[in-house]
Amino acid sequence: MSPILGIYASQISGHLWAPSGAYDSIATVTVGSGGAANVEFTSIPSTYTHLQIRGIARDASTSGSINMQFNTDTASNYSRHAIYGDGSGAYASAASTIAFVRPGFVATSSYGSNTFGAIVLDVLDYANTNKYKTMRSLAGVDNNGSGEMDFRSGLWQSTSAITSIKLYVDGGSNFAQYSSFALYGIK
Amino acid sequence: MPNTFEAIATQTVSGSSTTNITFSSIPSTYTDLVLVANATASTSGQGMNLYFNGDAGSNYSSTRLYGNGSTATSDRQTSGTFINFALGSFNNGQLVVANIMNYSNTTTNKTVLLRQNTASAFVGALVGLWRSTSAISTIEIIISGGNYVAGSTFSLYGIAAA
Repeated sequence: MSPILGIYASQISGHLWAPSGAYDSIATVTVGSGGAANVEFTSIPSTYTHLQIRGIARDASTSGSINMQFNTDTASNYSRHAIYGDGSGAYASAASTIAFVRPGFVATSSYGSNTFGAIVLDVLDYANTNKYKTMRSLAGVDNNGSGEMDFRSGLWQSTSAITSIKLYVDGGSNFAQYSSFALYGIK
Repeated sequence: MPNTFEAIATQTVSGSSTTNITFSSIPSTYTDLVLVANATASTSGQGMNLYFNGDAGSNYSSTRLYGNGSTATSDRQTSGTFINFALGSFNNGQLVVANIMNYSNTTTNKTVLLRQNTASAFVGALVGLWRSTSAISTIEIIISGGNYVAGSTFSLYGIAAA
C-alpha cells in the first residue's frame, strides 16, 4: 500500500485505505464550510480495473455544470456526449477537442435549500496503458419544478494510467458545503 | 475493512396478493443504498410508487428522460405524493436500479437516481427528490393496482464510503 495514499485517505476520511474485495472504497471527500473550488483524488492505486465515483453536489453559484479532468491534463484532449432532459424536452449535445469531460449537472444556489444533485460515474479500464479512457455517468437534480436528468459520456485521449481525478464547477465557482464525492475501485 | 458493497435484504414475491414491498429498519451505517427491482404486475396500466419513511405527503418530485423506440421524451412530476418507480405499465416486466444517495445524512434532501427498463416498451432514467432531511429508515414500493406477480424480486444493497 502506498504510504502517500494511506496518509491522504486518512486525512480526508479518517480511515487508512486497505484493499479487501472486488468493490473497495478508496477515499471520500466532503466539502466543509466555505466551500471548495475542487475535489481531487490523487495517488489512485493502479490495482483495480475500473473506478466509480458516487456523489452529491451543489454549486455555490449559478452554473451547476460539473467538469472533470485526469492527471492534471488541462489541454484539449477530451471529448464528450450527452443526452439529457429538463422536464420539457429531451436533448442531445456533443463537444470535441475540449479541455474537460462533464459528468453532469447538479443543484445551484437558486435551488431549494438542502437540495443537492447526484452523480454516479464510471471510469473504465482506468489503469490500462493501451486504451484511451472512457467515462460514463448517470446524473441529475430535481427541484420540484425544475431540474435535469443526464446520461453522459466522455473520452480522455490518453493511454496513460489515471492516477488523479479532479472535479470542479464550470465557471470557477465553488462546490457548496456538504457536497461529497466517494471514489471506489472495482476489480 | 468491512465489505463496501453489501446485500441488506431481498424480497421475492410469492402468491398473488402482494401489493406492498417494504424495507424497514434500514441501518444508517452505509453511504448510499442501491435498490434493484425485477418485477411484473398482474394487470396492465399499473405503476410502482416509491415512498420513504411512510411519508405520503406532497413531498416528492422528479424529472424523467425516456424513449419508447420512436421518441425521446422528458417530463416532470411536481409536489407528488410518491416517486414513480416504474416507467409505464409493467405487466410484461420491469427492471429498475435505483441509487438512493447519502440516504442517512440529516443535512440534505434525498436524491434518487434510477434507471428504468420496460423491455417491451421503454428505457429511461429518473432523478427524484424527497424534500426531507430525515435519514431514510424505511422504503416502500407499492403497486398502484393489481398485485406483484410471483417471482418478482426486490433487493436492497448498501454501499459504505471510506
